[in-house]
Amino acid sequence: MLATASQRILGQSFQNIRPAVSVLRSYSSAAKQITVRDALNSALDEEMSADPKVFLMGEEVGEYQGAYKITKGLLEKYGPERVLDTPITEAGFTGIGVGAAYYGLKPVVEFMTFNFSMQAIDHIINSAAKSNYMSAGQISVPIVFRGPNGAAAGVGAQHSQCYASWYASCPGLKVLSPYNSEDARGLLKAAIRDPDPVVFLENELLYGESFPVSDEVLDSSFCLPIGKAKIEREGKDVTITAFSKMVGYALKAAEILEKDGIYAEVINLRSIRPLDRSTINASVRKTNRLITVEEGFPQHGVGAEICASVVEESFAYLDAPVERIAGADVPMPYAANLERLAVPQIEDIIRAAKRACYRSVPLAATA
Amino acid sequence: MATAFSAAKFTAQPFPLNPASTTSHDSSIVFAKPTSLFLGSTRKLRLTSYSKFNLSRRSGTVDAVSDVVKQKKSKSSPSLLITKEEGLELYEDLVLGRAFEDMCAQMYYRGKMFGFVHLYNGQEAVSTGFIKLLKQQDSVVSTYRDHVHALSKGVPARAVMSELFGKTTGCCRGQGGSMHMFSREHNVLGGFAFIGEGIPVATGAAFTSKYKREVLKEADCDHVTLAFFGDGTCNNGQFFECLNMAALWKLPIVFVVENNLWAIGMSHLRATSDPHIYKKGPAFGMPGIHVDGMDVLKVREVAKEAIGRARRGEGPTLVECETYRFRGHSLADPDELRDPAEKAHYAARDPITALKKYLIENSLASEAELKTIEKKIDEVVEDAVEFADESPVPARSQLLENVFADPKGFGIGPDGRYRCEDPKFTEGTAHV
Repeated sequence: MLATASQRILGQSFQNIRPAVSVLRSYSSAAKQITVRDALNSALDEEMSADPKVFLMGEEVGEYQGAYKITKGLLEKYGPERVLDTPITEAGFTGIGVGAAYYGLKPVVEFMTFNFSMQAIDHIINSAAKSNYMSAGQISVPIVFRGPNGAAAGVGAQHSQCYASWYASCPGLKVLSPYNSEDARGLLKAAIRDPDPVVFLENELLYGESFPVSDEVLDSSFCLPIGKAKIEREGKDVTITAFSKMVGYALKAAEILEKDGIYAEVINLRSIRPLDRSTINASVRKTNRLITVEEGFPQHGVGAEICASVVEESFAYLDAPVERIAGADVPMPYAANLERLAVPQIEDIIRAAKRACYRSVPLAATA
Repeated sequence: MATAFSAAKFTAQPFPLNPASTTSHDSSIVFAKPTSLFLGSTRKLRLTSYSKFNLSRRSGTVDAVSDVVKQKKSKSSPSLLITKEEGLELYEDLVLGRAFEDMCAQMYYRGKMFGFVHLYNGQEAVSTGFIKLLKQQDSVVSTYRDHVHALSKGVPARAVMSELFGKTTGCCRGQGGSMHMFSREHNVLGGFAFIGEGIPVATGAAFTSKYKREVLKEADCDHVTLAFFGDGTCNNGQFFECLNMAALWKLPIVFVVENNLWAIGMSHLRATSDPHIYKKGPAFGMPGIHVDGMDVLKVREVAKEAIGRARRGEGPTLVECETYRFRGHSLADPDELRDPAEKAHYAARDPITALKKYLIENSLASEAELKTIEKKIDEVVEDAVEFADESPVPARSQLLENVFADPKGFGIGPDGRYRCEDPKFTEGTAHV
């Protein structure tokens, strides 16, 4: 399954809309900007130097400096015993990582993309997620599975799936998905320090994006709590939940909606499992309308869970039907124009928000 | 020397190496285990073990073909390996593969192609050597480095180029892309992104061939399947699982390893405990052959034997082709880790120049004829690009097509009828 993946040096071939960096308002001393890639790299670096039990495993993480250069420089710094280039055998090396975690080591297993994790999913679910339960607490598995998740640009059906809902449905796992550099640093550190198996879903297209970070974020003890969502933008008319790249799209949509007098509240989920239901519900109780946005397939997706949670807990507060925006219910096509149709775009979010607020835009044909 | 192609010999043999070669194998294995994994030392070690590789190949391989290869080495042999027509056909196919891939690189840098593109430059001898011996009904299963396999099997260059551009006239209507070339007509079963994924699929295709003959009683069904994959795949569980089952059930399949020594930046020797892949065949009860994958004629000879074996119902064969990719792993790979000396070593063994030399030296073709072929191929490739450029992009309604063979799989809509029966079904995107 080592399909491919390589460095995105040639940006011009991709027809993606890149969310504007300036969307994030910087509060106090956010003078420095770092890319998500550097954020992840520094988080790994700091955790590895703080705890000698942390080690990295994955394809091309060492000499090649990481397929997406996330682990750049780490082989040089920590040596081949702690940064392991594995053969191309996900089931095997994931199992080895889990076994090492049983005995208290803290592996960070990299999947070149999460699509390849399907070859190792038996170990993630059966050997890692369920072990603490099956052993009645005797064996905890402090392992982190990380890698890019979701669609990139033009990489076809087998490289573009989003696995958030698959992993988030499994008890025993924690599933995190960062958006910006602050999330990346804080959540990865939290994941590595966590005694349970964590699935850390990054996004390839966000790696090169820069975001402002405060000095607090750059401190080596910085950590974000698992299970807490962040309100990226406050609003009063409609709640938009999103994670990973879609947060950028939602923020852009919110800016455009503001011109039409709709003030959207954008929630960056950060943690898919456990889902921060209380923040989401509190927000919906304030705005009375909900739209969930995700890149993955619609059926049984993250949005489905959020909608169910809101309907269960805040039904009386809803002024409009809850809506899910998700990727198209088809394997990702290769052709560029079809790919654009298969992934949510900013216009889709705007339309849905207006529908929720005015109910004047009719629901398009769903499939 | 044990002959490879009698299955009976392999029922209970752990290691078919003759003792004389054991020492060279052992020492090459020792060399291959680097004590420190840093770049410099690894490279040196690898180059040293190289010559051991060649040495052990002669004495260690289990095949009848090495005799043929040795025959070819002595030019005094009067019988040539190919006729003129065959020679020209092979040359044309090699040149087509090379020209096409070079054009892909150009088009990618111009933004006409996108995503992941993996080029086959340098490995053409393996594709041509094997696939040109197949019939239309034989199947080929490949990996993401599949453009040339599709071309050799007969998929028109236009269809492949359109597919790469993401146009609706592509062999998969623009839905598959570079890594997913499928063609029912030419029995090209993909195009898989995950390595190792194609091997069980190929084994299944071979299983079907056997099933058709024995259960469905199609007596003349002797279709063979070729599975192409790389050196990195040989560490993957699926590879071993399929070797086992193919040998167990005597499936008509040939496992072709295109050992180009490198995953992305991971050398084969750093990833594999025993880097001699052909030895893994006999461990499962099938012959394992190592061949020089830069020489199309040698590959062809081995392929003839292996495919013939499969067609006669004698079971699978594992063929390891020592080859090399001249470009990086994909078009986005800066290719910084490979030693320039190694690249030069293989560039000197370019399969196209080698065949050209053979044809001219043995008076099978003249320079002019070969030039004509090259010119013809250039035109074919240019035409393919033009065709792809002018082809339309897929219509919006194509998004929801081909998800199911039976589109009732989309379920029943709010009006109580199957969604696919609604004429407006494909007008919107799936969810807004």
